[in-house]
Amino acid sequence: MAAGDLIEFGKLLGAGLAMGLGAIGPGIGIGLLGAGAMQAIGRNPEATGQIQINMMLGIVFAEAVAIYALVAALIIKFV
Amino acid sequence: MDELMSDVMEPVMGEEGCLPGCMTGKGCLIYVVIVVIVGFLASKLPVVMPEISIPAEPVFTLPALGFAVTNTLLATWLTMLLLIVGSILVTRNMGMVPGGLQNLVEWGLGVLLKLAESVAGERGRKFFPLVATIFIFLLVSNWTGLLPGFASVGTIHEAHRGGHQVAQVSLLGVNVNLLQAHEVGEHETGWTVFSFLRSAATDLNTPLALAIISVVVTQVMGVQAQGLRYFNKFISFKDVLGLIVGPLEAVSELAKIISFSFRLFGNIFAGEVLLAVIAFLVPYLVSVPFMGLELFVGLMQAFVFAMLTLVFMSMATMGHGSEGEEH
Repeated sequence: MAAGDLIEFGKLLGAGLAMGLGAIGPGIGIGLLGAGAMQAIGRNPEATGQIQINMMLGIVFAEAVAIYALVAALIIKFV
Repeated sequence: MDELMSDVMEPVMGEEGCLPGCMTGKGCLIYVVIVVIVGFLASKLPVVMPEISIPAEPVFTLPALGFAVTNTLLATWLTMLLLIVGSILVTRNMGMVPGGLQNLVEWGLGVLLKLAESVAGERGRKFFPLVATIFIFLLVSNWTGLLPGFASVGTIHEAHRGGHQVAQVSLLGVNVNLLQAHEVGEHETGWTVFSFLRSAATDLNTPLALAIISVVVTQVMGVQAQGLRYFNKFISFKDVLGLIVGPLEAVSELAKIISFSFRLFGNIFAGEVLLAVIAFLVPYLVSVPFMGLELFVGLMQAFVFAMLTLVFMSMATMGHGSEGEEH
C-alpha cells in the first residue's frame, strides 16, 4: 500500500468517525429537548407557541455541536 | 461544481410549482409535459460529482487594488442589491393605509418587532434595527443561495487535485463547456468550475464578520446601559468567586464569536454539500424534499442568529441585578 493510499484511508476513516461520534451527543440532546417540549405542550397546550420557539432555540444549540463535528469532518475530507 | 446542477434542478422546481395549477387539470398537464421534455433533455447531460471547496473561489481581481472578488462576495452584493431595490420599491409610494407590498412588509416587520419586544422588553425597540437587519440579510442570502445557477454556472479552471474532463457542447446555439462524468487519470489535466455565485454564508468570512459585529455591539450596548459597571462582569475583586468567574466570562464572549460563525457557516455549507450530493446520487425529484429542508434551515439559521444576538444584548444591558443593587 502506497503512502498516499494510507493517508486517504486515514482521512476517510477520520471523517467518518468525527461525524459519527460527534452526532451521538446532539442526537441525545435533541431527543431530550423534543421529549420535554412534547410533555410541556401536553400539560399546557395554550403555551404551544412559546414552547415551540424555545424548543427550536434549544435544538439549534444542541445541533450546533453536530455541525462542528460536520465542519471538522468536511475539513478532514476536503482540505 | 458543474453546469449540470441547474439543469437538473429546473425540472424539479417546475414540478413543485405544479401544485396550485393541478387544480385545473389542464395546467398540470402542461407542467408535466414541460418537466418531461426538460428532464429528457437534461438526462442527455453527464452527471458530475461536484468539486467541494471550503474557501470561496475568486471570480476576478480588482486591477488597482489587487483585491480578489470571490463568488461569495458577489452573492453578498447581489443580496444587498435585492434588499436596497426592494426597500426603495416598498417605500416609494407610502400611504397611511398600506396596500400590497407595503402591507406585507409592514406585517412582517410588525411580527418581528413584537417578537423582539416580547424577548427584550422595552429595550427591544432599540435593538430592533440591527437584529432585524441581520435576520433579513441572512434570510435573503440563504434563500437566494438555493436558486438554480448558484454554485453551478461559472468559468472553468484547472483543478489542483482530481478534476474532470471537459467537452464543448452547443446549447441553444451557444457553445458551453460541460464537465464530463468520469474523473481524469493521474497525469492528465483535470478541470473544475469556479462558479460566479455561491451562497454568502458558505464562506466563513461572512458569518465571522456578522458574529464580530454582533458581539462588539453587544459590549457597546452593555456599556451604554450600565456604564463602566458593565466590566464588573469580567474583573471583580469583591470575592474569590469573582476572580475565577471573571476570566471565564471574558472567554465566553470570545467563544460566542466562534459559535455564532461556525453554526451559520456549518449549516449553510453542509446544506449546499447535501443538495449537491443528493442531486448527484438521484438526479430527479429526490432533491425536492431536501430543497424544502434547506429553505427551513435557511430561515431557522437567520432566525437563530438574530434571536441570539437579541438575547445576548438584553442580557448584557440587564446586568447582574443583585450585584448592582447591593452596593
